[in-house]
Amino acid sequence: MPKRSDIKKVMVIGSGPIVIGQAAEFDYAGTQACRSLKEEGMEVCLVNSNPATIMTDKEIADQVYIEPLTVDVLKQIIIKEKPDSLLPTLGGQAGLNLGMELAESGFLAEQGVKLIGTTAETIFRAEDRQAFKDTMEKLGEPVAASLVVNTVEDGIKFTNTIGYPVVLRPAYTLGGSGGGIAHNQAELVEILTNGLRLSRVHEVLVERCIAGWKEIEYEVMRDAAGNCITVCNMENIDPVGVHTGDSIVVAPSQTLGDKEYQMLRTSALRIIDELGITGGCNVQYALHPESFEYCVIEVNPRVSRSSALASKATGYPIAKVAAKIALGYTLDEIPNAITKKTFASFEPMLDYCVVKIPRLPFDKFITATRKLTTQMKATGEVMSICNNFEGALMKAIRSLEQHVDSLMSYDFCDMTDEELDEALTVVDDRRIYCIAEALRRGVSYEKIHEITKIDIWFIDKIKILVEMEQRLANEELTVELLKEAKRIEFPDNVIAELNGKLTEEQVRKMRYDNGIVAAYKMVDTCAAEFDAMTPYYYSVYGSENEAVQTTGRKKVLVLGSGPIRIGQGVEFDYCSVHATWAFAKEGWETVIVNNNPETVSTDFDIADKLYFEPLTNEDVESIVNLEKPDGAIVQFGGQTAIKLTEHLMKIGVPILGTKAEDVDAAEDRELFDEILEKTQIPRAAGGTVFTAEEAKEVANRLGYPVLVRPSYVLGGQGMQIAFNDEEIEKFMDIINQIAQDHPILVDKYLQGKEIEVDAICDGENILIPGIMEHIERTGIHSGDSISVYPAHTISQDIKDKIVDYTERLAKALHVLGMINIQFIAMDGEVYVIEVNPRSSRTVPYISKVTGIPIVDLAAKAILGHKIKDMGYEPGLQPEADYIAIKMPVFSFEKLRGAEISLGPEMKSTGECLGIAKTFEEALYKAFLGAGVVLPKHKQMIITVKDADKPEALEVAKRFEKLGYTIYATRSTAKYLQEGGVEARWVNKITQESPNVMDLILGHKIDLVIDTPTQGHGDKTRDGFLIRRNAIETGINCITAMDTAVALATSLESATTEYTLVDVAKI
Amino acid sequence: MKAFLILEDGTVFEGTSIGSTREVVSEIVFNTSMTGYLEVLTDPSYAGQAVCMTYPLIGNYGITPDMESSRPWPDGFIVRELSRIPSNFRCEGTIQDFLVKHDIPGIAGIDTRALTKILREKGTMNGMITTNENYNFEEIKPKLEAYATGDVVTKVTCDTSSVLKGSGKRVALLDFGAKKNIAKSLNDRGCEVTIYPAHTKAEKILSSNPDGIMLSNGPGDPKDCGPIIDEIKKLYDSDVPIFAICLGHQLMALATGADTHKMKYGHRGGNHPVKDLETGRVYISSQNHGYVVDVDKLDSKVATPAFVNVNDGTNEGLKYTGKNIFTVQFHPEACPGPQDSGYLFDRFINMMGGEQ
Repeated sequence: MPKRSDIKKVMVIGSGPIVIGQAAEFDYAGTQACRSLKEEGMEVCLVNSNPATIMTDKEIADQVYIEPLTVDVLKQIIIKEKPDSLLPTLGGQAGLNLGMELAESGFLAEQGVKLIGTTAETIFRAEDRQAFKDTMEKLGEPVAASLVVNTVEDGIKFTNTIGYPVVLRPAYTLGGSGGGIAHNQAELVEILTNGLRLSRVHEVLVERCIAGWKEIEYEVMRDAAGNCITVCNMENIDPVGVHTGDSIVVAPSQTLGDKEYQMLRTSALRIIDELGITGGCNVQYALHPESFEYCVIEVNPRVSRSSALASKATGYPIAKVAAKIALGYTLDEIPNAITKKTFASFEPMLDYCVVKIPRLPFDKFITATRKLTTQMKATGEVMSICNNFEGALMKAIRSLEQHVDSLMSYDFCDMTDEELDEALTVVDDRRIYCIAEALRRGVSYEKIHEITKIDIWFIDKIKILVEMEQRLANEELTVELLKEAKRIEFPDNVIAELNGKLTEEQVRKMRYDNGIVAAYKMVDTCAAEFDAMTPYYYSVYGSENEAVQTTGRKKVLVLGSGPIRIGQGVEFDYCSVHATWAFAKEGWETVIVNNNPETVSTDFDIADKLYFEPLTNEDVESIVNLEKPDGAIVQFGGQTAIKLTEHLMKIGVPILGTKAEDVDAAEDRELFDEILEKTQIPRAAGGTVFTAEEAKEVANRLGYPVLVRPSYVLGGQGMQIAFNDEEIEKFMDIINQIAQDHPILVDKYLQGKEIEVDAICDGENILIPGIMEHIERTGIHSGDSISVYPAHTISQDIKDKIVDYTERLAKALHVLGMINIQFIAMDGEVYVIEVNPRSSRTVPYISKVTGIPIVDLAAKAILGHKIKDMGYEPGLQPEADYIAIKMPVFSFEKLRGAEISLGPEMKSTGECLGIAKTFEEALYKAFLGAGVVLPKHKQMIITVKDADKPEALEVAKRFEKLGYTIYATRSTAKYLQEGGVEARWVNKITQESPNVMDLILGHKIDLVIDTPTQGHGDKTRDGFLIRRNAIETGINCITAMDTAVALATSLESATTEYTLVDVAKI
Repeated sequence: MKAFLILEDGTVFEGTSIGSTREVVSEIVFNTSMTGYLEVLTDPSYAGQAVCMTYPLIGNYGITPDMESSRPWPDGFIVRELSRIPSNFRCEGTIQDFLVKHDIPGIAGIDTRALTKILREKGTMNGMITTNENYNFEEIKPKLEAYATGDVVTKVTCDTSSVLKGSGKRVALLDFGAKKNIAKSLNDRGCEVTIYPAHTKAEKILSSNPDGIMLSNGPGDPKDCGPIIDEIKKLYDSDVPIFAICLGHQLMALATGADTHKMKYGHRGGNHPVKDLETGRVYISSQNHGYVVDVDKLDSKVATPAFVNVNDGTNEGLKYTGKNIFTVQFHPEACPGPQDSGYLFDRFINMMGGEQ
């Protein structure tokens, strides 16, 4: 079927801010789909509240609305833009739900807008619990039997029909508390009785237990003519019980025979055919490890994290093909973009093995529980490709950038055998390392399998790696041994460490002397059956090299930013991609290295060549040896790329843009102090220390509070405000756990207005697109603060100083390209907090709201173009006549035990934008975009530390005026009452019921304002419990007074008539 | 022990010996299936060939009961890596032991992707697997060039006929090297299936008054099957409905005046898209063939194309004009590979006038 003629203008809904469970994969899918639609001549109208994305670029869509993703907003955009079609399957669950709401309410029909890509009925049958069950029953496809019961008797009766064990999940209890697995009737009665008591609605779901079964996924596609194909299947190494997003995944499946593989494939195709899906779909299965019995776990009728992974694992662009299918094409009409000879109606065949490992945020949230469950916790992931499983696993491990480079990186040596047995039962992110230790001690495969349920095939692979460790440690390093170690991807530094006699450099020399070098193979979708054109490569050892060293054009190596983590998110992928495009426009050949399957940068048609490889010195060196680039660009890939600078220079690759020594000067305390001295720019007093003793000495000299932070980190990792010696000791201890080679900085903590600037320097002049100011005072990480452009509360004098300082610093640091500076404005004076001579988190946001293509200009400046020649007047650019507010978004509810109060260490996972004519409306939209939809019940709780009480009183008055009933614990209540607010006094948690906890659990509270006293992370304190419980019951929780004031302002100006700004027209 | 794969063009791959250490000369082909190495090994269509699996990790689930015939047929087995241990609840042994037991040599640890690219560029060629480190290519070369698969159908077909009981339609299955799942697919649909040796006379088959005749897959060049083609012509002349797969499809074409030719490197894998020209629907199919029917020489009064390969446009099936006969180049019986075209067995049963 050719393209439908009734589709001309398509509205695409994005997935909104990055949160755990909904990350950069939707930017990848959305960007690819929009480009695919434009390729077909469609006018594309894009809506996404996330300004850090590539899909919200004006190059990607014709109209771009960075507006809150709510039904009301979408309705107004539809009325304004009049699209004829809506494609809702690219924006994750958020986008799908919105599309569904618009369709169900009849609004789309009213406006003559067609839902394309899927139908409302399809979504309903896949998403609605009962409709899905009915559909599966109709097809004879098994699902895990389950029933909601209200009595113990019903539970016993039902369990007798499905058999033990069963999982019990009480409805509406905190974080699933009160649930469990019952193996017999006695256990069932006990857990069920308790669960029914705890459940607010007196309901418990009894479900057949399939934990421990193999978890298998299929990515399938179907067109409107009914043609179906499977793109890829994937096997989770972690059996059912761990969310697939938190599991180590391998593609294709490794332990399934053809019978099992085809049985599930056929099932998946039957399901999408019955659901009538047109586009991509993900079907998840639990497969009994010792029979052919299986259950359908879930069906996602849209692109997903798994489809992004499948696309990268196979080279089959699922989102692109899905978009074409939505326009009416059939699979056999859509060319395969990789082979250019075949069509989309085929199934990719892999001749390699792909491993994905989740990037978990436990290094950021040290109080959070590491246990992995069916609630996803990972912020991102890495993927690696090799022609053997061991190698793929090793490459993925070192791609994580969590100071892990082998299975020895988490040390379980000190445990007794009994402790280790116990540790094996713990399902967390360190499980494979624990298994490796068990294997080192000779624990049998059967026993490990018995405990973990991980297939013996995978355990054997881990054993092969352990055996290699032992050989490397005990044998002389022969050429044969080295070859074998490299075949399974042991990095040189680990080989050297195990060998004990050779250095990493000597190992590398031995390799080079013996021709043991990485070869590159192509991802071609067809296992070499057809000639492929797309230079998408992965490395292997001991094979023929397929990557050809191209010459002719100047060549740039672009280093990506690795897995998405808190502090280094999709913004850096945005910068890497734009830098690549800018260099391409300047006639350079571009080569990208990255390992994140969720991103646009790892799409095979972004750069001239893509190397899907770990971002380590050794892996990058191998690529450099082959490609011999004319230069490398590191300032756009976040800290990941910056860290590679030193080695790149050592191996003779010129760093394009700001020189490494100048980057160092910004990070090195003493050098930087010299520069400040020279440029006469003030900063908070401070010192450089290595030990806790030194830190205390400096702190006492400066006077508390002080800011303690490691150098060379992103996102303020390990940064804390210390109020006394005790805290210094604690923080130094924590910082030293993050393998610290660099000194630690101790600064006087200044509380003032925080201001941020991104600038471009061409070596002579600077260009500042705009000045941003933070709503929250200093002390809260810039990534977690509400950021306002243009800065509207600071004087011209301050602005002038900022421009002047920025220029002085850029010149003193010889910046060529990007620079990011954070300032404090206090008592009419401006202090520098920190300088990063590289691209920052705010670049995409400020690019979009000013309409200035910052990365593009910076890349051109690096190549020698002057700001004046690029059509800009140097200096601060004219301010916009609207206000744009960047609002941080958090994922605290997903991370049990995590401390949610904000501080100098970044905690947010994403951001959204509010843009409007007035500050108030922009603020309202920004809160709305972040999911703060108030008021609901008009009840709130305030409990603040003494220092915040005066401000809390003012805030309380404003909320009272908005109609809120205010509850407060004793001292806060007393203070508020004395100030004239009718606060209701409520008992503390430790006091008798009804207390503040009962209020929270009653689900009638809109908001908790709780400013923490010092002493973070003590899980037993009242404040911690209040904040955690509020978050877990879905209550908005604010931990800084400035944020509370902003929210009051926003609610006072709540509106339903929005000014809609088409960002593409800025 | 070291092993070598020596190709006709002089390329040598050094690897490790697997299975038997015997020396073998054969035609080297590659298969792109990611699962189903056991079905590939036991598919009689590989008789006379040594097969290279492009998926690098083979033997992960060991030997299971998933055999398409009673023994492995390829002359040699070429893999990147043979799993050290198999893991599957039905596992009965390892590939290594299986190959040794049936005296089939193989080679592991070679760059199978590089080999595949050579076969793709230069076309299928002959080669030798040997453990003799002191081989002399000039001595081997003539042997390699002289190798031909020959009359392999006679080697793989059954000796005597047998019956799979059923209460539905009675089907005569001519075994040219049939995969078990062909008979099973019919039997599962209620058919009583009588399996005949390849050289059974048409008269004998027709005298049993079957409701339909099934021509199976099989190895080698269809033009090496002269006497069989003559018998098939007689079957064509009868009015008994006929369904044919792979070699059976090629033999029917030759029997009715069409021609076949050898493809550059064939189709072997589980991902080939075939389009049903009647409905426009595309199905992903399992394939294993090195020869193909020439469509340009087809007489439309005899037969017209029914299926086409979406990738390269080659013929994938024929419908015989005025006859109750249709034939396909791919494998609706799957095993290994997608089960998407299993509906063709239902179509055959309808052709015989039955309900499935």
